[in-house]
Amino acid sequence: MHDPVSALNGQTFDGFAKIREIGPLGMITLRCDLAEKPLAAALKKLGLSVPAPRRIVQKDGWSAGWMSPDELLIILPYAQVTDTLETLRNALAKIHFLVADVSDARAVFRIEGDKAGQVLAKLCPVDLTTMEPNELRRTRAAQVAAAFWAEGNGYTLVSFRSVAGYVMGVLSLSATNGSELTGA
Amino acid sequence: MSTRLATGGRLIDRSTRAEFTFNGKRMIGHAGDTLASALLANDQMLVGRSFKYHRPRGIIAAGPEEPNALVNLGRGDRVEPNQRATTTELFAGLESSSQNHWPSLEFDVGVVNNSLARFLPGGFYYKTFIHPRAAWKHLFEPIIRQSAGLGPAPKEGDADRYEHVYAFCDLLIIGGGIAGLQAALTAGQAGKRVMLLEQTAHWGGRAVVDGDTVEDEAAEDWVKSAVDALKTMKNVTLRTRCMGAGVYDHGYVLANERVADHTPMDGRPKQRLWRIRAGHIITATGAIERPLSFAGNDIPGVMLAASVRDYVVNFAVSPGDRTVVVTNNDDAYLTAIALVEAGLSVPVILDARADVTGDLPARARAMGIRVEAGRGIAKVKGGKRVTGVQVCLQAGEGAVMEDIACEAVAMSGGWSPVVHLWSHCGGKLTWSDTLSAFIPDPARPPLNHDGAAMVTCVGAAAGIYDPAEIVRTAVHTDGIQETDAKQTGNIAPIWVMPQGAPIALRSKMWLDYQNDVKVSDVQLAAREGYESVEHTKRYTTLGMATDQGKLSNINGLAVLSQALNMDIPQVGTTTFRPPYTPVTIGALAGEARGDVFQPLRRTPLHEWHDKSGAYWEPVGHWRRPYCYTRGAETHAESVVREVNNTRENLGLLDASTLGKIIVKGPDAGRFLDMLYTNMMSNLAVGKCRYGLMCNEQGFLSDDGVVARIDEDTWLCHTTSGGADRIHGWMEDWLQCEWWDWKVYTANVTEQYAQIAVVGPNARKLLEKIGGMDVSKEALPFMQFADGTLGGFPVRAYRISFSGELSYEIAVPASMGASFWELLHAEGAAFGAMPYGTECLHVLRAEKGFIMIGDETDGTVTPLDLGLAWAVSKKKADFLGKRGMDRNYLSDPDRWQLVGLETLDGSVIPDGSYAVAAGSNENGQRNTEGRVTSTYYSPTLKRGIAMGLVKHGPKRMGEVVEMNKIDGSTVQARIVDPVFFDKAGDKQNA
Amino acid sequence: MLTLQCPYCGVQADETELSPGYEAHLKRYGPDSTPEEFESYMFARKNPKGVHFERWRHAYGCGKWFLAARDTNTLEVFGTYPAQSTEPPADLQAKIKQKRPDWEGYK
Repeated sequence: MHDPVSALNGQTFDGFAKIREIGPLGMITLRCDLAEKPLAAALKKLGLSVPAPRRIVQKDGWSAGWMSPDELLIILPYAQVTDTLETLRNALAKIHFLVADVSDARAVFRIEGDKAGQVLAKLCPVDLTTMEPNELRRTRAAQVAAAFWAEGNGYTLVSFRSVAGYVMGVLSLSATNGSELTGA
Repeated sequence: MSTRLATGGRLIDRSTRAEFTFNGKRMIGHAGDTLASALLANDQMLVGRSFKYHRPRGIIAAGPEEPNALVNLGRGDRVEPNQRATTTELFAGLESSSQNHWPSLEFDVGVVNNSLARFLPGGFYYKTFIHPRAAWKHLFEPIIRQSAGLGPAPKEGDADRYEHVYAFCDLLIIGGGIAGLQAALTAGQAGKRVMLLEQTAHWGGRAVVDGDTVEDEAAEDWVKSAVDALKTMKNVTLRTRCMGAGVYDHGYVLANERVADHTPMDGRPKQRLWRIRAGHIITATGAIERPLSFAGNDIPGVMLAASVRDYVVNFAVSPGDRTVVVTNNDDAYLTAIALVEAGLSVPVILDARADVTGDLPARARAMGIRVEAGRGIAKVKGGKRVTGVQVCLQAGEGAVMEDIACEAVAMSGGWSPVVHLWSHCGGKLTWSDTLSAFIPDPARPPLNHDGAAMVTCVGAAAGIYDPAEIVRTAVHTDGIQETDAKQTGNIAPIWVMPQGAPIALRSKMWLDYQNDVKVSDVQLAAREGYESVEHTKRYTTLGMATDQGKLSNINGLAVLSQALNMDIPQVGTTTFRPPYTPVTIGALAGEARGDVFQPLRRTPLHEWHDKSGAYWEPVGHWRRPYCYTRGAETHAESVVREVNNTRENLGLLDASTLGKIIVKGPDAGRFLDMLYTNMMSNLAVGKCRYGLMCNEQGFLSDDGVVARIDEDTWLCHTTSGGADRIHGWMEDWLQCEWWDWKVYTANVTEQYAQIAVVGPNARKLLEKIGGMDVSKEALPFMQFADGTLGGFPVRAYRISFSGELSYEIAVPASMGASFWELLHAEGAAFGAMPYGTECLHVLRAEKGFIMIGDETDGTVTPLDLGLAWAVSKKKADFLGKRGMDRNYLSDPDRWQLVGLETLDGSVIPDGSYAVAAGSNENGQRNTEGRVTSTYYSPTLKRGIAMGLVKHGPKRMGEVVEMNKIDGSTVQARIVDPVFFDKAGDKQNA
Repeated sequence: MLTLQCPYCGVQADETELSPGYEAHLKRYGPDSTPEEFESYMFARKNPKGVHFERWRHAYGCGKWFLAARDTNTLEVFGTYPAQSTEPPADLQAKIKQKRPDWEGYK
């Protein structure tokens, strides 16, 4: 097995907020009727539960994010993707479902610092102040699709892998020292 | 001369000197000055030339309505044309220059236009467009282009930084005068999320300049405590230097913050565009004073009365020792009082009203100021500077009763509420006779998403001028419009001064200063039959300059209504459109420039390509190598090398951009049978099949190879540009039409790096790196298998878009670069070379494979392309089946796909048409076909092409004439589109 | 720059997060349909000044298609509802009728 390399190989930027490309992270797209019992059971086995609409459930480095009424994103250690796919396939065999490894189709960024929210406010048409705890928001960051949630001292943002360079570019520009939103 | 007074100046800091230049001349101002106040303090009254006649023009206003004082700021990569000196904050080192003059501001040859004014009447441009036609092109246009125009566009890229920011609030208040502050206090105390924007650097608006009393406090103190209170509220956001530019649907507002215009290069963004979504909007945008229309009202030194007050009170600038005040309302008396209080002289107040009563006139009279009722200005004397006025009866025809020497004229024609933001999204206006102004009609507001009023106007923007009334009424922050507010005008509707002015005077009365439109021009337009205000605007260019008629559009339409014998409300206004004042393109672009102008999609192998001589081609947002150049090769030579090497040895292609969509579920087969024109449900597990997708009209939309992964899972390859579109297309049908079908899709395009290993040595390379069995027996053509190669987890497809022995190998994207490098390292012995998209095109064209976007353009059916074999006749239904049945699409005269070979071996030009005998009714040559793909084939050593030709497949061997760019034609023979290895021995090997 | 609430995820989405899909509640006509039926399906589109039903996709969000009832003149949004609807919900129709008494119904 060869080592996986994330899209930007861990690029960072220091401005009024700190931007880090992280990963590779394991990610699985899971589609099924979210009310199905085998799903709840399968997630329970992973230490997770079915997230409410627009929420993310997190435990010990594993997460289940609500992506749409019939889609979850499971985030897990990269090395455990293959086994977990197998676990899910077996657990859901009796129902109509789809699982797919999308670990390499994504890039993941951390935006950290007290003013991390300002970085997103410059790129996303989202009212950050009304976001609820553990809310996962799918939206756009400037011109590309993105999803983010608050975590630790900042936010975690996921984009498609091919535009990782673009996302790093707009995050860095937005976090450039001197462009903080200060009072009038 | 205009000069700095020894004392006073609310906004300036006399201890801080700011040196700046105007037209290269060094001048001194103070911190707190605007460029305009600093210019006036340095006796620079003349600041520009007018657009058409090059008349000398001076500063007329003190705010964003200024039409004359447009300057160039900065130099090199920081030059900004058309900046208003009145809204430009002064800073040390500011460089400015005037516009619209040649060769110099003081001596301008263009002023000859002035003496030719009677040959440049309203509608001049339209008239010269019409006849004689040659005169426009050869005479008028070159002269106008040379001498007219505003500031020159910058030539260099903008060195400054701009950004956008999204903001949300319950209530957005635009305007930080006492009305806006009062509304913010009320809403802030009620706990609403409030944003309050003020376009200048200072709070308080007019009240603080005019020394009003608000709730028994001096306005200055009231404003300070209001701002202090607001600053303590966490739910209130305050922004100064932030102009509300436009109001759009559903509470969306753009505002432009001039973050660092006054502190250039301090590391901050120059400007910031706020994209605000507000629950409700309050506009507290004040009012703008109107000029009066008298002869010579554009001579430098003639200024708006309230602006004169601004300069005296805010900046301690005197416009001249003696200022004549001319007015049709009470407000201008404040200016006379302020001037006298500053120790300056007001020789006379000329009040056009016959009867002058009221508190302010009484105060002025009590101060000993001479007030003349029923009088006006016949004519202002002076050229580059006011030297005096001639007094006349307002009721008369301009007979001169008295000459009064002065250096400045302060005029007031009344006030126009700033209704722009109210009107942007459909708010309607009503005419107030009391105010002689259009005011917002509370009964017809712009509407929000819930059908409720979206905007409320408060303060002067609603026609409420009295400070006590403003603070009493600016408390409705929930969309209720105050309707019982007391409106006080004390104004007489005076639109032309004197009322019986003859043409000699009327042709010197300026309405639109920037575009040089005079009272006589509007009257001429009316005589020539223009009745609609929108037509008159365009005919005369009234209100079409960068100030968009803020100053005197109302004067213009009043003149028009008089000329048409109509009431002003009947004539109406022109449309108010965003932005309120110009917003620079840089601010609108925000972060979208340079490297992040557009998202660039990169495959996992992008860096390798970049280091290896890739010549890039944009494919959607992707960049793909067109070819890889070596040494001194031209791109064409590189392509030839890549084609030959792939046909003879081994080529490697980055095919990662191909769309990859998983379709899974009990109904997936049935779904794909609807999606593709051919059958997919009966594809055996482990096998691949080429498929076509059409839209409902029956036109080809996408193509690609489908692989059956397991019993209920298919993987659909799409074109590089089609992945997102086709995924969306699938979801559309699944969600909106067949929502009871059990099918899930997932777009996994970016999960994999996909590499085509192509050529006679392809199998040898894969066997060398080792792993899975890739033999002909284990993995025959049009099958796939999962396994490992060189230790990488792969899925290998035996598919070919080149006609060669070919494997397309998908590896996880995170390992793509290592796998690609391994293939190159181990493939060197077999002659491995990377190849680009152009080589791919040549290879597929030699095999007669179609390309979506080349052979198709949204009007081409599978049958047109000879792909009937891929259109099922058995299936009862599929997307596009009914569309294809239309008689137009089954017409035997439709152009159909053939190969084309030039008789001389040359390459047919892209876009070439096959010309037929005769011409059509437009005199154009008839055509009978067109080329769709055309290349030089290194394999055949000649030009080859595919094209659509009328009755083509039935005309094999015939020669057609293909046109060329030089007008000649080249003969081409109609042949089979498969030029190479028709039997497919190579790809099946 | 409209905002529409996605009925699936509840987000009050900005127009830039959505992609438009034109008229809602079209009936698909396939093989064996008459030319008139096919024309009505492919080409005959309403263009009312007033109440209109449209398809929108929450493209930068949950990816789901939904339907919206909107006044094309005032941009008032009467409501949004799932794409899996053969006609506008009865309560929405009642609401529109109440706000626009002259409205002749969605068909």
